[in-house]
Amino acid sequence: MNFTKLLASAALVAGLATSAVAEKTKVGFVYVGPVGDGGWTYEHDQGRKAVVDAFGDDVETVYVENVPEGPDAERVMTQMALEGADLIFTTSFGYMDQTINVAKKFPNVKFEHATGYKTADNVSVYSARFYEGRAVQGHIAGKMTETNTIGYIASFPIPEVIRGINSAYLHAKKVNPDVDFKIIWVYTWFDPAKEADAANALIEQGADVILQHTDSTAPQAAAQAAGNVISFGQASDMAEYGPFPRVSSIIDNWAPYYIDRTKAVMDGTWTTTNTWDGIGPGMVGIGEISDHVPADVKAEALEMVEKLGSGEYHAFTGPINKQDGSVWLAEGETADDGTLAGMNFYIEGLEGDVPN
Amino acid sequence: MDLSAINPVLLVASLMVAATPLLLAAIGELVVEKAGVLNLGVEGMMIIGAICGFAIAVETTSPALGILAAMLGGAVLSLLFAFLTQVALANQVASGLALTLFGLGLSALLGQSYVGIKPPAMAKLNIPVLSDLPIVGPILFSHDPVLYIGLAIIAATWAVLKFTRAGLILRAVGENHEAAHALGYNVVRVRILAILFGGACAGLGGAYISLIRVPQWTEGMTAGVGWIALALVVFASWKPWRVLLGAYLFGGLTVLQLNLQAAGIPIPVEYLAMSPYLITILVLVIMSADKSGAPASLGRIFHASQ
Repeated sequence: MNFTKLLASAALVAGLATSAVAEKTKVGFVYVGPVGDGGWTYEHDQGRKAVVDAFGDDVETVYVENVPEGPDAERVMTQMALEGADLIFTTSFGYMDQTINVAKKFPNVKFEHATGYKTADNVSVYSARFYEGRAVQGHIAGKMTETNTIGYIASFPIPEVIRGINSAYLHAKKVNPDVDFKIIWVYTWFDPAKEADAANALIEQGADVILQHTDSTAPQAAAQAAGNVISFGQASDMAEYGPFPRVSSIIDNWAPYYIDRTKAVMDGTWTTTNTWDGIGPGMVGIGEISDHVPADVKAEALEMVEKLGSGEYHAFTGPINKQDGSVWLAEGETADDGTLAGMNFYIEGLEGDVPN
Repeated sequence: MDLSAINPVLLVASLMVAATPLLLAAIGELVVEKAGVLNLGVEGMMIIGAICGFAIAVETTSPALGILAAMLGGAVLSLLFAFLTQVALANQVASGLALTLFGLGLSALLGQSYVGIKPPAMAKLNIPVLSDLPIVGPILFSHDPVLYIGLAIIAATWAVLKFTRAGLILRAVGENHEAAHALGYNVVRVRILAILFGGACAGLGGAYISLIRVPQWTEGMTAGVGWIALALVVFASWKPWRVLLGAYLFGGLTVLQLNLQAAGIPIPVEYLAMSPYLITILVLVIMSADKSGAPASLGRIFHASQ
């Protein structure tokens, strides 16, 4: 075997090897927190694992955790694309512009951005109608509070969080006209110590229900330490804090969507989509309502879950006024997705301003 | 707005708790830097302390043993840094950053089976009569023991640095390691001891978060306190009492702004959220207008042959 032949066969082997690798669909995930946060990122990673289970050796997944919502995110996505990812899920609202920027540079790579609203030829967006779950939480919270004070730990003033506050308040108020919401913005998705401090501040000011829109289980621990405060699992079931203080939860179920989209890339049928699914299609799950909740309240909550799921009831059904008293939705009118997607106002009765 | 909803006594009590992890990490780093070593691995040592303390406390059901394990864990990790920078003469900045990354990764690995577990509670101080006093009782006499240990460490560090021969040697090593070496002091040994102290303090601070302040184990739960501690040491001009002031100011403002938000005070939330950083830096910068500066040998590599 002369040298040229050797080179040729080496090239052939290398070529075979690359084509074998290329057949594997590579899927990347960019996470905002650690996979062990027990909440938001944990559930996205469960989705990733479901993709691995569904396709086995045909798929290769990579993920990077704790990626800050800034220039770093762009670097991570670029790196993934350069390493041959075919599909990249960017799983936090704050990655929106970075996703669009990187997608422009890699037209052959498909991107999926969670909870955002900017799409492109190779960028889809997907989100879940968490506000449906918030409606159920608001109902239970309004029924169960004895101090009529509900504490809400909010992360960033983005539409997704504001929708949650409005939905919870609307349904708490409906069953308990005296209810008052205390809202703390912590400006972080994940900082257990700060989340615990916020929960304690709310509890010290009389809240006996804690709702959280942050990712760690720290507020659950604070509620437990207080002893007479109930809480709800966020993003993940957080069942380890049940049956009390955690009385129910909103569970994000990304697995079916992630499997679908990976399959679409494999089949070459991927197109830009804007998915926003709720309780009905199963993207939002309501964690088991524990026995700490009175049976009649539990039954009402389950009925609401059912109606939200079937589409019989919309979480934002008029009459609803905006905070300044102007009419948002007339009697019987339901909110359209456009307004919901860009929601930047409180509804009537909530105090304080939405931060810019 | 309902300011009467804020209970000042509870507020002061909880600001002391919020400040303690920062205080512990910062005083440890202060001693390290006074010895002329810049260890950027505070965050890594804290998180290792958080998981070591948590794991041992859960396994033995003794919070005190957990606290000891946390200090040991932080110190052992800092030994790695000491080896790299004092024996192998590696770059301190790079080694410190590596230590943080390593600590975060290792803690995630160690902590996998501890997610969602509740640690045994640390008993709070309960002195008959004193703890029951109105106002003064809840603020001064009913905390967990670690909080008092933190205050004691500040006082002890100040006294040792200012009044003892050991403190003088430590400062000499930090100001001019060649001169200290020429006088016959073992620069490397002094520095390794300082690094170990810094590691133990950072570990203790981390365990304070995982065992007392939150209390639970979550990956990455220190969430940047180590970096704030590093900044605090600089802004406090390497002075123990200013570290205490800075930590209480920062912890206090953090808790206060959360309380003000909950009370619905009409100040834009953005200003409230940045106030702890802004005001702490402002106060300490104004205070450091005097001539106090960084230890002269800070971050420089020493070898006896030079």
